[in-house]
Amino acid sequence: MTLTHSSAGSARGRPRGTSRQSRAGMAFVAGYVLLLIAFGVLPTCYAIYFAFTNAGGAFTGFSNFVTTAQDFRFVDSLGHVALYLLFWLLSLVVFVVVLALLLHKLSSGPLSQALRFLYYIPGALAGAASVLVWLFMLDPTVSPVSSLLETLGFHTFGEVIAPGNLALLFTIIAFWTGAGGWIVVMYGALNNIPKDVMEAARIDGANGWQTAWRVQIPMLRKWIVYMVILAFAGGAQLFVEPQLLSLASTGVAGRDYSLNQLTYDFAFQMNNINGAAAVSVELLVVSVSVAGVFVARSGFFDAD
Amino acid sequence: MSVYKPSVTRETGTSRRRAASLAGCAATVLLTVTACGGGGGATGTTKDGFAQAAQKDGALTVWVDATRMDAAKLYQSQHPDVKLDIVSYDGDANGSNYLQTKVQLFNRTGKGWPDVVFSSQNNEASWAVDAGFAAPLNKGLIPQQTLDGFAKGANDVCTVDGTLYCLRNDLSQAVLWYNAPLLKKFGYTVPTTWEEYQALGEKVAEEHPGYLVGDAGDSFTPEIYLWASKCGANHITGPKSVSVNTTSEACTKMAKLMDVLIKNKSMSISGVFSTDFAKNQAGKVLLMPGPAWYGGAVFKDGLKTPAKQIAVAPIPQWQGETSPSTGNVGGGTWLLSKHSAHIKAATDFLKWVTTDNTYQGEKAPGFPAYAPAAENWLKAQAASGYYASDLTALKDASSQVWSDWGSGQFSQEAIWAATVKPGLTQGKTIESLLPAWQDSIVKYAKSNGYKVSQ
Repeated sequence: MTLTHSSAGSARGRPRGTSRQSRAGMAFVAGYVLLLIAFGVLPTCYAIYFAFTNAGGAFTGFSNFVTTAQDFRFVDSLGHVALYLLFWLLSLVVFVVVLALLLHKLSSGPLSQALRFLYYIPGALAGAASVLVWLFMLDPTVSPVSSLLETLGFHTFGEVIAPGNLALLFTIIAFWTGAGGWIVVMYGALNNIPKDVMEAARIDGANGWQTAWRVQIPMLRKWIVYMVILAFAGGAQLFVEPQLLSLASTGVAGRDYSLNQLTYDFAFQMNNINGAAAVSVELLVVSVSVAGVFVARSGFFDAD
Repeated sequence: MSVYKPSVTRETGTSRRRAASLAGCAATVLLTVTACGGGGGATGTTKDGFAQAAQKDGALTVWVDATRMDAAKLYQSQHPDVKLDIVSYDGDANGSNYLQTKVQLFNRTGKGWPDVVFSSQNNEASWAVDAGFAAPLNKGLIPQQTLDGFAKGANDVCTVDGTLYCLRNDLSQAVLWYNAPLLKKFGYTVPTTWEEYQALGEKVAEEHPGYLVGDAGDSFTPEIYLWASKCGANHITGPKSVSVNTTSEACTKMAKLMDVLIKNKSMSISGVFSTDFAKNQAGKVLLMPGPAWYGGAVFKDGLKTPAKQIAVAPIPQWQGETSPSTGNVGGGTWLLSKHSAHIKAATDFLKWVTTDNTYQGEKAPGFPAYAPAAENWLKAQAASGYYASDLTALKDASSQVWSDWGSGQFSQEAIWAATVKPGLTQGKTIESLLPAWQDSIVKYAKSNGYKVSQ
């Protein structure tokens, strides 16, 4: 409360330990920052440069954006990704929050530990490996749950991966792979809610449902927003699931289902790196804008 | 709260400086990369029809898939003095585009190209010429006499604007495979016309339900059936032009035939490599039109059909035609890089691997594209004792491939798989899907820069 000097004054006025700590902190962060610059910031700048130039490096304005948007697959891919994002974000918000609340309700008993472990396991599998697991699960001939698939009317792999089912299938795969980690994060956030707040709610006569709806979920709001922002950015870049499914089904699932697959096709099938970069930049702009809206609307950075 | 104020100010200053240095870095990297982008062009002399890179000593880099690994190793053992760097990759199986992806990247970095590469796809030349990767082979590198030894039309898929850019490894002409003892047991004869084939399919459905006369579940189905029917779905008329007509009579009569047999279930829609085909239908194959490599890859290795059962007959022809026309389902190609710094060694390897009797004639798994080696290969196959008939039908079919179905830059197999196969699974007829197929081919062709006539 007392220090209101200039920056130089504040540095001089600081205890030595603090400045050493801050140097150590910077040293720790430096590695990450370097990697972020090398593999995050610079490639992004490079992609933006590509998006506004042609193969010869001449500035072309928005022509790459126009060309790619006019490709006959663009609108379809956009629709596919939008539908997938709708399923994926809804299921993530609803199920992750509900499961985390249930887990928290079970408190710290052995069952809770076992469940936390169980939820987390799928997340430990690398993205491609977990998709491969699902390729087996979804093939009625080899699936351990083939009887369930047969009951649902699916007798062959081809029937399971019909184009109309894909958004739902990718949601299930993504949820299975990614939700466990979020459940553990939400569980941690629930543990962070001060005991006296929960106590007060109980004394005021709130039942489990009321506590969850009026106390816990509002206090999880920032975490939910954080999850939605990251899940949106990740989901918009849907690639591994459709790509592997496409290979496994020898093309039935389509090689251009998602926007990211389309960029891959532009870059390496049609030798149009600049067009690919344009679509990537669009994805970036959309993800950043959505994140911005969520952050602004939720008061993400407001101090409590 | 005010405690934090000065530090926030300092942080902002630091982040501004950081941002400035970052922008500087980014600009430097961009300039460097842009400068590099223009590099990588050949600087040596122009010879054999292209500007060759400066020739150097050093290892010859050869990319092969797992199946062709034996070929590279055999070459190494026969040529111990050649330094060979053998790299294993997926051979572009299932149209993975690995080679194309890598070449695009090598073109940007200006190094890394393999000297010689095998691909299991036969439309590689269509992009490899555009990408400046494939070297012309008939302008001095490979003697005309060697080229004349290839089966008629074998290297059509490698020819762009009259220049040859790759050599065919094996042919994939379609024939009619059949189970000889089973056919005899049921009292049927091998059909020679498509009309007889359909009649037999109807008879099988009635008398021996569950048995199959064919399979229409693979992405290469159009290459087996519609190509054989001379359906003009994929007539590449120039380097960047294609004519597409999937609703002509040639197409619809074959589509109708298949629809009848799919409906009565004597033709499967599973796909010969699918798990459910291997599990449920492996022992039910009575007849199966398919390419030359079905013998080894499908019957012997995939479906584990015992020896002395599978025999080969010519693919049927429509009544009134004088000889059958067949399709061509894949068949590998070998490309030589324009950027190679070891052209002599690369050419020697390329010639050996496509024509040598010890490999192509004896060990190669597919029907060799080089005719003298094919003769030997047929003898070796006959001597293996697996087949229940002689394989002359394969030899005859090698020159019966209908030439008006090309290998464009866009994948016909991917289009069929994404457009027609899901409809088939939902119970739609092929005939009803022909217009959608046409529409899809046209869109993909245009998107790849082709001029389309319909």
